[in-house]
Amino acid sequence: MSKRDLALRVGGAAGDGVSSTAESFAKISARSGLHTWTYSSYQSVIRGGHVWTQVRGGLDPLLSHGDDPDVVLCLNQQTMDVHQADVLEGGAIIYDVDSVKPDPTKIRKNVRLIGISLRKKAQTLSPNALMRNTVALGAAVALFAMDFRHVESAFKDIWGDKKPEIVQQNVAAARLGGDAVKDLGGPLPLGLAYPNQAKYLMTGNEAVCLGALAAGVKFLAQYPMTPASSILHWMASHGPKYGVVVKQVEDELAAMNMAVGAGFAGVRSMTATSGGGFCLMVEAIGQAGMTETPLVAVLVQRSGPSTGLPTKTEQGDLNLALGAGQGDWPRAILAPRHPEECFSLTAKAFNLAEIYQTPIIVISDLYLGEGYRTVDKLDFNVPIVRGMMAADGGTAKDFKRYEITESGVSPRALPGTKGYQFIGATDEHMESGELISDVLAGLPEFVEERRKMHEKRMRKLDGLRKDSPPPEMWGSRNADLTLINWGSTWGAAHEAILQVEEKEGMKVNSLEFPTIFPFHVDEAQKLLRGVKQSLAVEGNYTGQFARLLRAETGYKPDHFYGRYDGEPFASRDIADKILEVVA
Amino acid sequence: MKAAFEMDTYKSEIKPTWCPGCGDFAVLRALQTAVHTLQLEPWNILVVSGIGCSSNLPHFLSTYGFHAIHGRALPVAEGAKLANPELNVIVTGGDGDGYGIGLGHFIHAMRRNFDITYVVMNNQIYGLTTGQASPTSEKGMKTKSTPIEGVIENPIDPISLALASGATYVARGFSGDVKTMAELVKGGIEHKGFALIDCLSPCVTYNKVNTYDFFRERVYDLAKEGHDPSDMKAAFAKATEWPMVQRDRIPLGLFYRNKEMPTYEDLEISLRKGPPVRQPLGVEDPEELLAEFL
Repeated sequence: MSKRDLALRVGGAAGDGVSSTAESFAKISARSGLHTWTYSSYQSVIRGGHVWTQVRGGLDPLLSHGDDPDVVLCLNQQTMDVHQADVLEGGAIIYDVDSVKPDPTKIRKNVRLIGISLRKKAQTLSPNALMRNTVALGAAVALFAMDFRHVESAFKDIWGDKKPEIVQQNVAAARLGGDAVKDLGGPLPLGLAYPNQAKYLMTGNEAVCLGALAAGVKFLAQYPMTPASSILHWMASHGPKYGVVVKQVEDELAAMNMAVGAGFAGVRSMTATSGGGFCLMVEAIGQAGMTETPLVAVLVQRSGPSTGLPTKTEQGDLNLALGAGQGDWPRAILAPRHPEECFSLTAKAFNLAEIYQTPIIVISDLYLGEGYRTVDKLDFNVPIVRGMMAADGGTAKDFKRYEITESGVSPRALPGTKGYQFIGATDEHMESGELISDVLAGLPEFVEERRKMHEKRMRKLDGLRKDSPPPEMWGSRNADLTLINWGSTWGAAHEAILQVEEKEGMKVNSLEFPTIFPFHVDEAQKLLRGVKQSLAVEGNYTGQFARLLRAETGYKPDHFYGRYDGEPFASRDIADKILEVVA
Repeated sequence: MKAAFEMDTYKSEIKPTWCPGCGDFAVLRALQTAVHTLQLEPWNILVVSGIGCSSNLPHFLSTYGFHAIHGRALPVAEGAKLANPELNVIVTGGDGDGYGIGLGHFIHAMRRNFDITYVVMNNQIYGLTTGQASPTSEKGMKTKSTPIEGVIENPIDPISLALASGATYVARGFSGDVKTMAELVKGGIEHKGFALIDCLSPCVTYNKVNTYDFFRERVYDLAKEGHDPSDMKAAFAKATEWPMVQRDRIPLGLFYRNKEMPTYEDLEISLRKGPPVRQPLGVEDPEELLAEFL
């Protein structure tokens, strides 16, 4: 049976061009018609250290970046030392034969050593040897027997039409690598028939940006923080064309407060950050809850606590999102599993934010936010629902911005609308917006007024629950085991399930929660009724979601598998855990 | 011709809850006078404040208002101004709000030169939390939080800070002279760019040092002494007189005005199509946008 997927791992020091080489290969893979998935393991350093990216391509939809690669591309000795033992039988290692030495005792049998004078070959085209990566990339493309025209088109994307000579030089460099492979035994006999029908390739963060644009975002304020910064970068270069004001501001306090101001003034407004920045935003996001101001906050998690591992993934900020801000205020927390949901749930978040006039949190993580995946064509025809506006039907006379209603939603007026002037106050207030907090607090009538106003706000949770996506059960009915997971863990969970079903004949399914909050208690309980045994899988130590599940439903997962070493879940580890708990 | 707005048009039905004699009454009056003189439409004014006695001010006006959290009025106002640059955005608050907890935002708002008017009621004390030291409290002043030997820090000088940070309209008013203060606020609203009007607004309950009489004995009018507000060096020289150098003479009036500097809104690429709040939502040609991902 011929293989149906391939994986290339590119490694080197930061500054060697690992990520650009891998991104080019990901593009080539997607344009070859392969479903593509990347994972970058990098460090908090600009030059030096050890970084690597794995690009997996497959004829069938992928669920992870895979385990061991077919080919490792070593841009330095350390990459050889660290990764040579991982190369699959029948695979190959590409390296600079003049500076990097393999250790045959560590390499699996039938692995081909593709030693090429990468630097020297690059220097035949340009004295500075910058293109040695390109020579190596050409070798990888030749080993996988991919079409070289995708190489040229990928380079055109990078350098554009403005620098055709650089594109041509790099194509020539890639050809040198390809020719070297011919002399060293030709392509690997993988037998992959490439469809050569290009697929869309993007990161989760880019999909968030596209979802925001589709929903009509007009304002993004952000402070740089890995792994959310690429949202700022992408929007800064693309946003203005769509009328989006994109601002890097002094800190995350300003970012959230500006988003609040923009939302109050009537545009669809957002901010994005990681855990540390979100910590700084919590007072201001509560302000939006109290003043009933719509906005979307994207929280791209990385390893904590504190500065933690800035370039590593985790799902450890769920409690932070659930508990952000003093007091109770209505929020929704949406957790996309893949880029398609980064798009659709971000777009949905803008509608929920305006319909319910409250902040909506979209929580993803480094693995999903920064990894490239091929996606189905995104449908930009998303509905845009702006919620209840005062001027639509009401009259300005005696306008009550915070009118107590059954749904908890009150008519909204935007500054500039004649006659509807009101104050949005962070103090507790009456229906008009007038304060209860200073001279009225504690008077019997206003004790009652406060209770009613608080209940009005919190009633919005009912609508948010109704309008947000419910939990889903994926896989076999009557499974022996159910994996309980959320967010980016989805892929590795499904892949592990397919592995144990194929190899062990077990029946396992997966219970997933695109909406974390408000918790869909009834739907979850319905789905949990058929669960025989469960394993909660999430990227943190305490089982933050498992605890929420127990608090909301009384259901305690039988087993817990937490990962908090900075690496994303690998399907084989989940499969091992499944075998362990079921045995 | 449009019917003129009466002065009362700008007043809400809510009566101020400040202590009798509070300097903030004068600032409220000055602000109402300024917007009345300019005949601004109340619904096109957004007054944003933070937290503190003075930050209750928006409630006493009939304009749109946002009563934000402590220290964050400026970034809220900046976001609103970017969303709808046609609004007249005025920020009000106290010295603790703007020069203490919100100081970082203050500097950054000024270096951006937003077309925003910032009116600070500076009483050199924390009033609403019942009398602790503020960033502008005089050195040596005994307060609830500095009861033994008084404040040992140097006070912040908002005027010098504003000049150094890029504000293009920098003035100081005094609640003992509402007429001049109203002129300064009016000038700030008319000015295209960031206007700071630092208002010496005595706290009659918790600050027994910097009283109306303390200021009356010391203040003088910059204009009367021939100060040229287009001269930044001269502005710095005047700014540093008090509290940095001495406490006998306190300059009031317009320190500095730069009419040439473009505003943030002038330079922001995404505002060239018009106010974002009125732009169509969504993406007209997704194919074009998606092409780069294929």
